[in-house]
Amino acid sequence: MSPRLKYLLAVAGLFGFVIALIVAGSLAAWSSMAAQDRVTLARVVYANLNLLVFCTLALLAGLGWFVHLFFKAYIYAASVVREETRTILTANPSHRIDLAGAFEIQQVVHSINTLADRYQALQSEEEARIREAKADVEAEKNRLAALMSELTQSVLVCNGEGRILLYNNSAWQLFSQGAARRSSNGAGGLVGLGRSIFGIIDRNLIVHALDNIHHRIAQGDANPVSQFVTTSKGGQLVRGQMAPVRDQRPAITGFVLTMEDVTRRVERSSRRDILLRSLTEQTRSALANIRAAVETILDYPEMAPDRRNQFTQMIQEETLRLGAQLDHTLTEFAEDVKTAWLLEDMLGGDLVAALRRGFENKLEITTRVEELDEPLWLNVDSYAIVQAMTYIMSRLKSDRGVDDVSFKLKAAGRLARLDMLWHGPAIDAETLRGWEQQPSIVDGAGSPLTLQEVVERHGGEVWCSADRESQTAYLRLLLPVTEPEPGWSEPAAEVSRPEFYDFDLYHQPGQSPEWDQRLLAELTYTVFDTETTGLSPAEGDEIISIGAVRIVNGRLLRHEVFDQLINPDRPITEASIRIHGMTPQMLRGQPTIEQALPLFYQFAEDTVLVGHNAAFDMRFFQIKQAQTGLAFTQPVLDTLLLSAAAHPNQAEHSLEAIARRLGVPVIGRHTALGDAIVTGEVFLKLIPLLIEQGIRTLKDAREAAQKTYYARIKY
Amino acid sequence: MAKRVLIVDDERNIVTALEFLMELNGYQVKVARDGEEALIYVVTFKPDLLLLDVMLPIRSGFEVCQKIRENVEMQHIKIIMLTAKGRDVEVDKGLALGADAYITKPFGTRELLALVRQLLGESQ
Repeated sequence: MSPRLKYLLAVAGLFGFVIALIVAGSLAAWSSMAAQDRVTLARVVYANLNLLVFCTLALLAGLGWFVHLFFKAYIYAASVVREETRTILTANPSHRIDLAGAFEIQQVVHSINTLADRYQALQSEEEARIREAKADVEAEKNRLAALMSELTQSVLVCNGEGRILLYNNSAWQLFSQGAARRSSNGAGGLVGLGRSIFGIIDRNLIVHALDNIHHRIAQGDANPVSQFVTTSKGGQLVRGQMAPVRDQRPAITGFVLTMEDVTRRVERSSRRDILLRSLTEQTRSALANIRAAVETILDYPEMAPDRRNQFTQMIQEETLRLGAQLDHTLTEFAEDVKTAWLLEDMLGGDLVAALRRGFENKLEITTRVEELDEPLWLNVDSYAIVQAMTYIMSRLKSDRGVDDVSFKLKAAGRLARLDMLWHGPAIDAETLRGWEQQPSIVDGAGSPLTLQEVVERHGGEVWCSADRESQTAYLRLLLPVTEPEPGWSEPAAEVSRPEFYDFDLYHQPGQSPEWDQRLLAELTYTVFDTETTGLSPAEGDEIISIGAVRIVNGRLLRHEVFDQLINPDRPITEASIRIHGMTPQMLRGQPTIEQALPLFYQFAEDTVLVGHNAAFDMRFFQIKQAQTGLAFTQPVLDTLLLSAAAHPNQAEHSLEAIARRLGVPVIGRHTALGDAIVTGEVFLKLIPLLIEQGIRTLKDAREAAQKTYYARIKY
Repeated sequence: MAKRVLIVDDERNIVTALEFLMELNGYQVKVARDGEEALIYVVTFKPDLLLLDVMLPIRSGFEVCQKIRENVEMQHIKIIMLTAKGRDVEVDKGLALGADAYITKPFGTRELLALVRQLLGESQ
């Protein structure tokens, strides 16, 4: 029974009782009176009727006022205390109840606050212990995280339904390139925890690859993997490999995808094909002309001198043209010619470091770096170079007694000069030629390739010379420099890793229309907020900013955000500028709502939307449906309504008030993203409070929200 | 006295052309077919200038160039290296090993002649 109903009943009961008592007393007195006394009394009463009625009403009012005070001080205060105690227990242990109501209630509040102090102390102690235990697990996770983020290959781990459980930076970059091109701030990336892999890679391809793996498992293949090549939405050619994750065979609970952008390689090899073809064609036609001219001259020696001159000139022209064409082609395709062998892009400094490690560990040579041009990117097979150079070094040591070398790496135009210097005479050309032609094997280990082969494959040169004055010899390896492959050369600014990893998602149910049955704590949410030019979408007010953040498995992922300013194509009122601080200048050049809404739609796909006073924002989206054709059909939860459901006795449910009540720090309000983050945190705090009230599933939450008073306001 | 030019190349056609061109312009010419022969003629023929191909049997043009530059008494010899490959790594290597000029085949005869004259200090 609500306090209000109790209050009404109590007042009604009391009034009834008092009136009944007066009437009964009056009747009893009346019946025992003599006849003339009755007349007298009636006269007296009639004369003082006004006074009597006034006194009765005053008595009733006084009683009512007393009941009101009593209720306010005891009953209502007690229910506020009950709610706030629940807040302390489930959402915000640092919350304390204000002293209010009657003295007894205040004493109870005081006791509860004291109890809360102890409870909080106890809880933080417990948390500290849990933190310690978690730290070990976390360290383990971080090692895996570090390992994954170091990989240049893109790695994605998915569960059986194709939801992304884990990914590394490289994967994020590979698949966000296309999206980033469309949206200036990189929002709307397709890779995210809990998102579907089918948004990135064709579903049929994944199914096909999984089929292959099943087939191999059935055939008893111990290491079943499946390869594929596909095109990403950004247009890159991607070569991938799928390996199953198995708990107990033969069931597959998920899969690991490792992928590589091979666009540039394939482009290069197809450009090489073009080069070869054009060279052949050009050479054929020029040679045909020359041959015709020469054979004519030879066959007709008695030709007139001026005619003969003509043919000779023709030959000269053709040779000049052939030479020019050759130069032109070779310049244009220079990059493609030299990288005929598939090599990796590497920083020169890293190659030197690898050489030094090889020399020091294998040959016990003292090494130094004298000079290093950075950053200098080389396209190399570092393993082959290190093996070959280690072999040369081993000969230098055994034949010449060199055990101390230094390195220099300098850029010279499109070439890099890698010098290895030592004190003493140079190796003469014949000796070096001999060494160059030996397989790079030291102490039975190494590579069968010779230095000559390695240098040739890199399109480089090697020689040895000496500086007479300083008595220093150097072995110079000349290698072409390269432009680093875009994408992975610049480490991503993102350093926060843990949000990328979440194995609990393995138990996430697949995408289905039965959202309603799912528990609030397990759903994936997009918490969003908008800023607008005004409060009346129907009268032409427009969205000027959308911010959103994702909640997966009960965690707010601060790095999976959507943050987009939008050009409203209409003036912004001074009043709204005062709220959101956005001036028309800031919005000039931003995409329009027609361009931005599809990105947000993609970001929010397959998730439950959460907003504060979400009906307001949804109304704006709805109005745009005609233009964009996008209908946001997924379930929507409103923190305003949910807060009212969790705290029916609290009067204020503004975002700020709820945040304060639940101990959520309010930072960056009145930017769409800032508000979305606050809303998300509030929402996470509300979930346990709702569960307390038996609101566990999405359906429960929607029904509870509908019941609350605010749900009846329509925008 | 006529200046001496040593042509080092194993390709008969280009040798014929170069020999003809040099003799016509008043130089005393000798031809070596490989790197080993070249090093012998450098001593016996005492050339003022070498037209040195890179791709040679036995010893490469680079080796010949390096050998000559190692000998203090042969520093005055001018060396023009010729190559059909024309890669910039070779140009860099040739010049580093002491060649005075580097020419990529095919080259113009007038251009080559001008270079020879310039290196031998003869005004046009």
